[in-house]
Amino acid sequence: MDVWLAILQVLTLVAILAALHRPLGDYMATIYTTTRDLQVEREFYRLIGVDARSDQSWQSYLHSVLASSAVGVFFVYAIQRAQTVLPYSLGFPAIPEGLSFNTAVSFVTNTNWQSYSPDVTMGYSVQIAGLAVQNFVSAAVGIAVAIALVRGFVLRRTGTIGNFWVDLTRGVLRLLLPLAIVAAVVLLTGGVIQNFNGFTDVTTLSGGTQSIPGGPTASQEAIKELGTNGGGFFNANSAHPFENPSAWTNLFEILLLLVIPFSLPRTFGTLVGDKKQGYAILATMATIFVVSLTAVTIFELNGAGTAPGLAGGAMEGKETRFGIAGSTLFASATTLTSTGAVNSMHDSYTALGGMMPMLNMMLGEVAPGGTGSGLYGMLILAVIAVFVAGLLVGRTPEYLGKKIGPREIKLASIYILITPTLVLTGTALSFAIPPVRADVEATSIWNPGLHGLSEVLYAFTSAANNNGSAFAGLTANTPWFNTALGVAMLLGRFLPIVFVLALAGSLAAQDKVPATAGTLPTNRPQFVGLLIGVTIIITALTYFPVLALGPLAEGLQ
Amino acid sequence: MSSPRTTTRRYWVAFRAMLVFTAVLGLAYPLTITLIGQLVLPAQANGSLVTIETDTAGTETVGSALIGQSFTDAKGTPLPEWFQPRPSAAGDGYDAATSSGSNWGPENPDLIQAVIERTQAIEESDGVRAEQIPADALTASASGLDPHISPAYARLQVSRVAQERGIPEASVGALVESNMQGRVLGYLGDPTVNVLELNIALAGLKG
Repeated sequence: MDVWLAILQVLTLVAILAALHRPLGDYMATIYTTTRDLQVEREFYRLIGVDARSDQSWQSYLHSVLASSAVGVFFVYAIQRAQTVLPYSLGFPAIPEGLSFNTAVSFVTNTNWQSYSPDVTMGYSVQIAGLAVQNFVSAAVGIAVAIALVRGFVLRRTGTIGNFWVDLTRGVLRLLLPLAIVAAVVLLTGGVIQNFNGFTDVTTLSGGTQSIPGGPTASQEAIKELGTNGGGFFNANSAHPFENPSAWTNLFEILLLLVIPFSLPRTFGTLVGDKKQGYAILATMATIFVVSLTAVTIFELNGAGTAPGLAGGAMEGKETRFGIAGSTLFASATTLTSTGAVNSMHDSYTALGGMMPMLNMMLGEVAPGGTGSGLYGMLILAVIAVFVAGLLVGRTPEYLGKKIGPREIKLASIYILITPTLVLTGTALSFAIPPVRADVEATSIWNPGLHGLSEVLYAFTSAANNNGSAFAGLTANTPWFNTALGVAMLLGRFLPIVFVLALAGSLAAQDKVPATAGTLPTNRPQFVGLLIGVTIIITALTYFPVLALGPLAEGLQ
Repeated sequence: MSSPRTTTRRYWVAFRAMLVFTAVLGLAYPLTITLIGQLVLPAQANGSLVTIETDTAGTETVGSALIGQSFTDAKGTPLPEWFQPRPSAAGDGYDAATSSGSNWGPENPDLIQAVIERTQAIEESDGVRAEQIPADALTASASGLDPHISPAYARLQVSRVAQERGIPEASVGALVESNMQGRVLGYLGDPTVNVLELNIALAGLKG
């Protein structure tokens, strides 16, 4: 019974996504290629001093990404430090330096890792004018970089890959803002709050007292999901009834966080002039998604482990209104994208159930991945898959008419190595430096034994992949974690972007080579199979040893 | 490398862009949504607050339909005449200002101990066997503010509540059934009973 309902729920989601991905994908293809600016955009370009018609080299595009992000970090940092003088601070003090740094980096990198509990830390001004702004901008940056890479495949013999400021502006004004407004209103009807009331003290029915929070939540919630950001307005994130009041708002929020990433393959197919190329990418993403979702749902419905066994089900850290299937669907969607919002506490999942969100992130968040970052991550894997196929069967390594030469494969390979290096180094250092280890064990780790290692591993996996979800028992508001995770988020976001844009520049400079009998078709099912294989082998297997030390060991006890 | 002048210009562009974005996305957007919420959907936008009629013919806000609350005495002991919500890890229990799950892992001795103690407490208060107690009664929710319990946990409490209040079990049982919320569209989520709404109805039944 539960299983059939769970399947029906997924089918509903699939049907809606199937209906939306074409119009939305085509719309995105249009807004990133049209040469017509809206009146408001022309005025914006004049205001900020940008010539919308001048295309940038990949280096210039990259510098603009970095400048925009650096300024973003500065803004969010400054707003947090100035909290006491801002309106609606709810009496909270200024955010300390270390936490401000971590949070600023976190929101600018589309991670939304939260070392803090928003309920008792962030006033409304910081939330709306600091954090939510980056929810839009960081998502638009991700899509811009993905589009720049796609242009690399489309353009020939050119030194430019588009204009970052135009891509950023259109992503925000034509895509994210209109969708966020619609989504926020839908969430309002479902009971998500939107006010500036502060706390309302009530006498409860049985004579106790309760302090009910307020806040501009719906506006934040909409872009939090839509931009695959994930930073909750409240500590409990999308488990909080004011963020996610019912089973249907739950499904709607899952839809929001999947809709852009699952539509971008269509955009890609349209832009490269072969929609089947887009479908191959989409099929790869969807297959991994369904397999991973099935696994975590089975693990949680089975409810293995001592405490779930005693309680008669894995309901610790889950909300009644979502049930297990509504929780695992959210958990899969949030970690297979770069969202990191949660509607259930992953720390309390069964050992193997809790491993799945971790594994999802370790795959590189490509199924379907974050807004933009999912598409460029998957295209990098496609480049590697084409190269592997070339080695295996002697085909010419080329993808979409572009030769995958030594330079291209080097860039793709370095891209692939970045996040595992950050995750494994960060986790290892947490236990290898004696004073850090002492602090991590005494202050940060919440659950004893193997589960404690999983908490630290999850934290670095989440930060380096810009996810933001957590095994939230971990106390991360310490000098070590604020700094180390901050660095992991920065490098995990911008180093890959450097190599993606370099690859885009390298591809754009090439001419197209005509397809020959020796060309591997990349729009057929066998390529989908190959791409799935490559994804799993070169990413997940990297982490197998460390998974064996944490969740696997705990689950097999 | 770009010249210092180009770099300065680029940051100046980024700075101005971020100022405009902050004005549009950080102020105009949330304020517009607030305006829509307050004008069109004020009840939802302000937290689905629940008011009851008091003896003095006035009304009083007793909480939110979406936020669970405790039914305990000042010392935190459950009051047996009310339907009890799930265990909560938010503050001292259902502290709406600090939403939180327990984050205890499946093998955590503290969680194992808590589940055993909760089982014993319900066995004692409701005179049932351990295997009759549904999982939601023994586990804390993710938010610590879960307003719902499962129908099974509500039905399990009927006999105790009826006895404590000295009213027929059948009328309390009927109340539970009429407060049952099915799955959304028949298949989304789990069937639930809203504890605050059930207890308000219960208070009315008595009076």
